Amino acid sequence: MDSIQFVQEQMLTKTDFPAFRPGDTIVVTYRIVEGAKERNQSFKGDVIKITGEGLNKTFTVRKMSNGVGVERIWPMSSPSITKIEVLKHGKVRRAKLYYLRGLVGKKARIKERQRSTKK
Amino acid sequence: MNGIIGKKIGMTSIFDENGKNIACTVIQAGPCVVTQVKTEESDGYNAMQLGYAEAKSKNTSKALQGHFDKAGTTAKRKVVEFRDCDLEKDLGDTVTLEDVFEEGDVVDVVGTSKGKGFQGVVKRHGFGGVGDATHGQHNRQRAPGSIGAASYPAKVVKGMKMAGQTGNKRVKMTNLNVVKLFPEQNLLVIRGAVPGSRGSYVVIEK
Repeated sequence: MDSIQFVQEQMLTKTDFPAFRPGDTIVVTYRIVEGAKERNQSFKGDVIKITGEGLNKTFTVRKMSNGVGVERIWPMSSPSITKIEVLKHGKVRRAKLYYLRGLVGKKARIKERQRSTKK
Repeated sequence: MNGIIGKKIGMTSIFDENGKNIACTVIQAGPCVVTQVKTEESDGYNAMQLGYAEAKSKNTSKALQGHFDKAGTTAKRKVVEFRDCDLEKDLGDTVTLEDVFEEGDVVDVVGTSKGKGFQGVVKRHGFGGVGDATHGQHNRQRAPGSIGAASYPAKVVKGMKMAGQTGNKRVKMTNLNVVKLFPEQNLLVIRGAVPGSRGSYVVIEK
């Protein structure tokens, strides 16, 4: 397995995104290609899951769009992500916030973490 | 045909220059030792024989040991011949990844596929099975169905697809791309899958 880790580390390029955790509200700006044209689109929502390690690390962002829950999964090392912005740190008690899927409206809010626990 | 012997390490996925996530196989290949150089005059054809991976000398037959001694090397586990190899190497020389491949090469990979044992036609040949689960059917869901007509030809034609040993067979995957080379670590990253389990020996040909 060490050789695979080595290959992954070599291929890993981007690490300059701000750190975020499940429960945080973030804006992901990513490139999309439409035929020959390229443009940026952003997706704002709550991080409900971070999974994997190294090159295989992915995160899931959930938002409500016109009353419909939408989730998007991105690989952390995806070259199509141009920017990640953390708007709010959330206070949550679990690592995977699947319970949000069953909640709507005020109940689906996440409390804000007042003091940053960054050391 | 040039080539090298290696060991399958496992699979991972990386992003290519177009931003696409592609499945890749990591192979540890080389360094190999030239154990014999065959020429038109001496053997009737041109070829280069390479040896890879250390073997215990107590598990090596005296005949093979003598063969390795001639090349001035230790006993090797895997010995493969490459016909019409145009590498500029002599007996006893080391062949590394860089000598044979560069990034972007199109290669073939030969290995022994994972053994699945004796399997029926659904798994082995992708048959659909016969009929429905209900409507009076019994014991037929994974059956092969008809294997031919009756009094003419009055036999089962040769090559009829039937149940049998599946996998554990020499398989060659052709036209795979070399995505990345790490010569210092003897690592090779190939796009796509390669036959065999992790740790099994594979031959990479160009």
